[in-house]
Amino acid sequence: MSEFQFPSSIRSRPIYGKFEARAGKDCLMIADAEGAEAILNMVQKSDDSQEMMANTHIIFIPKHTEETYVEKLKALGARQFYLGVSYEASVPRLRHILTNAHMGLQVYLAGTEGVMGQAQREAIEAGIPHVAIQMEHRGSVARRMQCVHCKGITEDVITDPFICSHCGLNLFVRDHYSRRLAAFQGVRVDAEDHGNVPDQVELYK
Amino acid sequence: MSGGKNKINVKVVEISKVNDLVTRFSFERIDGALFPTFSGGAHIVIEMKDGEINRLNPYSLMSDPMDQSLYSISVRRDDNGRGGSLFMHRKVKLNDEMVISYPVNLFAMDLRASKHLMIAGGIGITPFLAQIKQLGTLQGHFELHYSCRSRALGSYVEDLTDHYPNNVRVYFDDQKQTIDLVNLLKGQPLGTHVYVCGPKGMIEWVRNTAFEMGWPHEAVHHEEFLAPPSGVAFTVNLATSQKTIDVGEQQSLLEAIEAAGIDAPYLCRGGACGQCETRVLECDGDIQHNDHWLDDEQKVGKTHIMPCVSRFAGRNLVLDR
Amino acid sequence: MSIQFKDETFRADYTFSNSQWAIDRFPFPFHEDSFMYSVNMEQHSGGPEGSVYEKRFDVDEHYLSEMKDRAIVLDEDPLRCQSLPHMNLAGWDLLELIMMSKSEDYPDLFELHRDGTHWRWINRPMSIDDSFVFMDNTTLPYGPMEYITRQAQGDFCVLDQRDDNLWMDAGMVTTQADWSLDFDIGMNFFEWHAPVPRAHEMGIFKRALKFLLAIQQGTPARRLNWTLTVNPLLDTSPENYHKWGIEKASLTPENVGEKQYLRVELQTFFRLPRSNALVFPIRCYLIKFGDIVTVPKWGRRLHRVLRDIPEDLATYKGFINNRSLLVDYLSQFDDGAETSPGVWPDLHLEK
Repeated sequence: MSEFQFPSSIRSRPIYGKFEARAGKDCLMIADAEGAEAILNMVQKSDDSQEMMANTHIIFIPKHTEETYVEKLKALGARQFYLGVSYEASVPRLRHILTNAHMGLQVYLAGTEGVMGQAQREAIEAGIPHVAIQMEHRGSVARRMQCVHCKGITEDVITDPFICSHCGLNLFVRDHYSRRLAAFQGVRVDAEDHGNVPDQVELYK
Repeated sequence: MSGGKNKINVKVVEISKVNDLVTRFSFERIDGALFPTFSGGAHIVIEMKDGEINRLNPYSLMSDPMDQSLYSISVRRDDNGRGGSLFMHRKVKLNDEMVISYPVNLFAMDLRASKHLMIAGGIGITPFLAQIKQLGTLQGHFELHYSCRSRALGSYVEDLTDHYPNNVRVYFDDQKQTIDLVNLLKGQPLGTHVYVCGPKGMIEWVRNTAFEMGWPHEAVHHEEFLAPPSGVAFTVNLATSQKTIDVGEQQSLLEAIEAAGIDAPYLCRGGACGQCETRVLECDGDIQHNDHWLDDEQKVGKTHIMPCVSRFAGRNLVLDR
Repeated sequence: MSIQFKDETFRADYTFSNSQWAIDRFPFPFHEDSFMYSVNMEQHSGGPEGSVYEKRFDVDEHYLSEMKDRAIVLDEDPLRCQSLPHMNLAGWDLLELIMMSKSEDYPDLFELHRDGTHWRWINRPMSIDDSFVFMDNTTLPYGPMEYITRQAQGDFCVLDQRDDNLWMDAGMVTTQADWSLDFDIGMNFFEWHAPVPRAHEMGIFKRALKFLLAIQQGTPARRLNWTLTVNPLLDTSPENYHKWGIEKASLTPENVGEKQYLRVELQTFFRLPRSNALVFPIRCYLIKFGDIVTVPKWGRRLHRVLRDIPEDLATYKGFINNRSLLVDYLSQFDDGAETSPGVWPDLHLEK
């Protein structure tokens, strides 16, 4: 199973739920990798899946899962289905959808925190209150981290501490999260004792 | 802390009949200083000494928030109410001196909105008048849908349609014109916020329709002026003040507490904002919860009461006041 | 009274110092011999004459030096001052509030002349004489919030009020106790306070928020917060932590009195009228331990507070590694005598 039980944490750390089909004519579903399972799960359980799918746009970025979910997602019969090579390449399409969308649009985001957080940010900037955007985590627990010192973002961080991919400092991983930046905060781990860097430990282990 | 603890002494400088039901009142400061500026949607609380009774009624400011020389309100006469609007219409005269509170806003616009969609019913138009003027200063985008009983009773209809012909649509009940709400809510761009102010039924209709169509709660705002309902008189014990007070039929519990000389906190006086929330220490009887603030646990458990609108029937009620 | 403005630094050579006047009026934050979080709000409606509580926005001898330090921080890192687009109106509200308050409270230092929307602002200490059109951004060299907060001591957080919550949607933050505006901007009240230990579980923030949401025009409130800093460094930001963190290790038993500072934040809360936003100024006062202990009651009390404070709070406030050093130093000034309740020095006993 690709589901992970995140340990409870501080108030700014996002909490993910399980999709609930909600009222609203149009739906936008965005998933990466194992996030496809969350979409498949919800639609298969829903009574009005045909009606929902008639007005649904799915954006799916397979990453390492390659072909595993593609046919099953296509078989749902969404009005539009887009296979994205990467999240970044999908952004122009996503922004265009949001520009033309109407209030009442239901947004479902599934998969890694990094992709969900960035897609959530686009929807918030377009004018959807963040609490209305549903997010279900699946797959990798790697994080997007912002280095508070150089402001650079390091993707797919899986250890604590980690090395900032921009300025090279060793940073410890905080649970403090910014929706605006779609990233957690990284702070120099040896600031008070230069050179004293703890061994890297895998996140959540 | 009572809402708008700061009071302003004012003089009535205008009483204009808007139509058979609605009269506009304008105030200037007696001390000649400028009024505080405010944000559109704010209300003031007016003190009325109606013989033995001291009323404190909230009214939305309809004047331009940038105009510090004058405050204006519009009052709809309610012949079946507790007497506040009748007092304004019948007893208040030009040059009378009155006391008002500082403005308080419990119906503020979300300034991030790309579009403000306003739905008004009857006298519910008043807060929007101030908001529209403020949006003019901010170059914000609005659209108003205004439902009135008839042209004769449509307050400010001409003003609005003359000044904003492309942004205002008016619907007259007596011509069977109704707002096509579903279509209106269907095609709004992301970033639109809806604001509704009017009779309770209209507010429920707009909110329920919006939520059924998938609109997030945070994008739908409403203000309802709940007048405190009257009822059978009752007695209450105030533990902290060590007083026993009687609440009259036409008097709210909050008003009775104030009449006893106790300065209880309040802001909206209409059961919505939570400021007057009071702990119940003992209750032998029934609390009639008329507010929109307490949760079910608090209501059923009789642990709290909102004195601005709620009442009691029974043998003993002791409050933490 | 006329204030003697000093020329001192809060970085590098650290020439900062407090005059006796500044020491006497220091906002000592501990009213009892121990510390725990509380919703310690009170009305901000004046205080004893000459105290930091008397004026709406306190101006002291460090004014010009602090503004100089702020300008340096902003040159190095402009992201310390940000305003989300919808907060421009609140910025004008804040500009008006500070200009009106300061010109009324310090008429010999500040003047405000208004002719409709044509305003003229004179800031004598900073040699500023600017005319502009109120609400017209193009007539000021910076946005309104940045313009006026470059002339006012302390940080300023401008909070949008929506959905029964407060949102940190604008701010000028150059003297912060280790939090990042660039990271936190856009967060709500509970989110930006997320890293604080214990307080959430105690319900502190729920009660504080309820109080803050109800603050109205004309009835501002205030409270005190505190932490410790090594050296009189104002810019203890996370952004620069990789540079200043190491200064904590420079403390020795010999230099505690000189280098260890108590840092007190006088936090105030004002409703802003046109935007319905709330401004949250955070005014920072620094005093070295060596000066604190010249007030016997403060010396005794500070010793007891730091000795007994729970470890997680000491860790969150950043001084856990130096705690024993500090407690040892302060113990010299604690003879075990009783201390009176309240923050004021026992002048009748101590003269």
